[in-house]
Amino acid sequence: MKISAQKLCWSAGNLEIVRDVSFDVAPGEFLGIIGPNGSGKSTLLSMMAGIRKPLSGQVMLGDLPIRSIGSREIARSLAFVEQQAETAERITARQAVELGRTPYLGPLSGWSVNDDDIVDAALDNVDMADKADRLWHHLSGGERQRLHIGRALAQEPRVLLLDEPTNHLDIGHQIDLLELVRRQELTVVAALHDLNHAAMFCDRIAIMDQGRMTAIGKPAEVLTAETISTVFGVEATVAPDEDGICHVRFRAGGARRNSARKDAIS
Amino acid sequence: MRFRPPALPNKRHAVEHITSKMSRTGVAVAALVILAAALIAGAAIGETSIPFDIVLKTVANRLFNAGYPLEPLDEGIVWAYRLSRAVVAACCGASLALAGAVLQSLLRNPLADPYILGISAGASTGAVAVALLGFGAGVLTMPMGALAGALAAFLLVSLLAVRAGSGSNAIILAGVAGSQMFNALTSFVVTKSATAEQARGIMFWLLGNLSGVRWPDVGLALPVTLVGLLICLWHVRALDAFAFGNQAAASLGIRVRRVQIVLICTAAAMTAAMVSLVGSIGFIGLVIPHAARLIVGVRHGRLLPVTALVGAVFMIVADILSRTIISGQVLPIGVITALFGAPAFAFILGQKRARP
Repeated sequence: MKISAQKLCWSAGNLEIVRDVSFDVAPGEFLGIIGPNGSGKSTLLSMMAGIRKPLSGQVMLGDLPIRSIGSREIARSLAFVEQQAETAERITARQAVELGRTPYLGPLSGWSVNDDDIVDAALDNVDMADKADRLWHHLSGGERQRLHIGRALAQEPRVLLLDEPTNHLDIGHQIDLLELVRRQELTVVAALHDLNHAAMFCDRIAIMDQGRMTAIGKPAEVLTAETISTVFGVEATVAPDEDGICHVRFRAGGARRNSARKDAIS
Repeated sequence: MRFRPPALPNKRHAVEHITSKMSRTGVAVAALVILAAALIAGAAIGETSIPFDIVLKTVANRLFNAGYPLEPLDEGIVWAYRLSRAVVAACCGASLALAGAVLQSLLRNPLADPYILGISAGASTGAVAVALLGFGAGVLTMPMGALAGALAAFLLVSLLAVRAGSGSNAIILAGVAGSQMFNALTSFVVTKSATAEQARGIMFWLLGNLSGVRWPDVGLALPVTLVGLLICLWHVRALDAFAFGNQAAASLGIRVRRVQIVLICTAAAMTAAMVSLVGSIGFIGLVIPHAARLIVGVRHGRLLPVTALVGAVFMIVADILSRTIISGQVLPIGVITALFGAPAFAFILGQKRARP
């Protein structure tokens, strides 16, 4: 299923957060969105998910404007994993994934055998089947994030939106998680921090800078030393590695914006 | 790639499914039996204790014209005083506990309960205004004043919350501000206008009092509780979806704003009705839901019925204790709920923690 943004705008008070952003994502494509903190990535994603109503412009899910689709209907074809959603409830890993069936269940329609099977498959898929009965607050950050993906998969979506899914994970878990997402063969739009990960996993990369989408294209086209310097304020060299994937190497001393530099390296 | 035969897990699930359905019916029957037993105990135990069979025969006489020959005095005590009182106590416990459970889940705040919305404070002010200042010129009774005050407070708190912006903390902050203001108003009115005797009476009512309860009160308490319970049960899956916050709920297809409005209004209406009948009884709305969560977990499909049941039984027992603990004197029920409920809760909490 394809998803596209058409002239999306959003602002908080006088501050323009997202300015006139348009792009298309083809079915099965993995689009990475990169950009410094506060560049509007999260806001853009929540508009794409139909959770936040754009000030102007619209989101098309398949061939329909997302506004014209009911919220349950949206949740059956599009799943959104936000940044670090936490809970204080004593919920088990399995129960967290079961929430993904919510859009299919009415107040009167009960939980069915089919729902159990889908939840089993989702737990298997994110490799959490053996920890299904663990309590949420006994799980590590990586496991929690995998469960969020599992919950999203239990929605049986065709589009997956991810907001910085690898935040606070160690490098092994970051790669695992992105590989996990990649092999679902869904249409994916993910806000990512790490430029090299974006280059490794994404079909195309889009750059957000101060609310505008300043570039979108193949990793090798978008990730240039010049762009990285303009957007993140960091000096870098970009060269293809032995697999032909472009590799970004940052150089110390050239940083103009400390916070942005740290994020890009992490 | 792990191999997983598709037929086997299906069968296992199907069996689990049938057994879970059967056990659910069993649990529901057990719950009704427990509730009935508590109601009968509430009617039997008191200053004059009345045997259980007389209680049952009275109920049979009144409901089905069974025609058992009974002592009119016993029958009168059971029917006119104790049973109506036990039913209202059950409704009150169930409603307040449900309201607390729903608010805690919806606002994702373990401290949320009907009182944090300022409803009870508003009800107190309304009742005091009628009793001491003569608002309503004799037409408004004290419970009606309480209901008016409760609704006024809830409206004010909602307006404050809307102005303070969205987010689960806004309504909590607005509730705290609102209850402070209404409590101050109550104190002001009591200090300014009440005689020592009146002040004592008001204090008693403020801590919760089931003494004046009769059958007409059941006519308000029971429908409010049942309708409230149904509305809450209708939204169990939506409430589950709030576990990871509003945004997560929205991404699961829940219409967050609408569910919030419906459920908060339901909780407020249940609280207002109960406070107007029996005064403000603390502790139930805050603690019973937590106790129920520790017993049956966080899924609302189970949590809400259990919360209602535990609240109802707890309140009936508290009422029995309030009538019998000091002979010849009735303690405010709020005193009992806190004195006995707090250690019980601490015990449950300790048990749960001790487990790995």
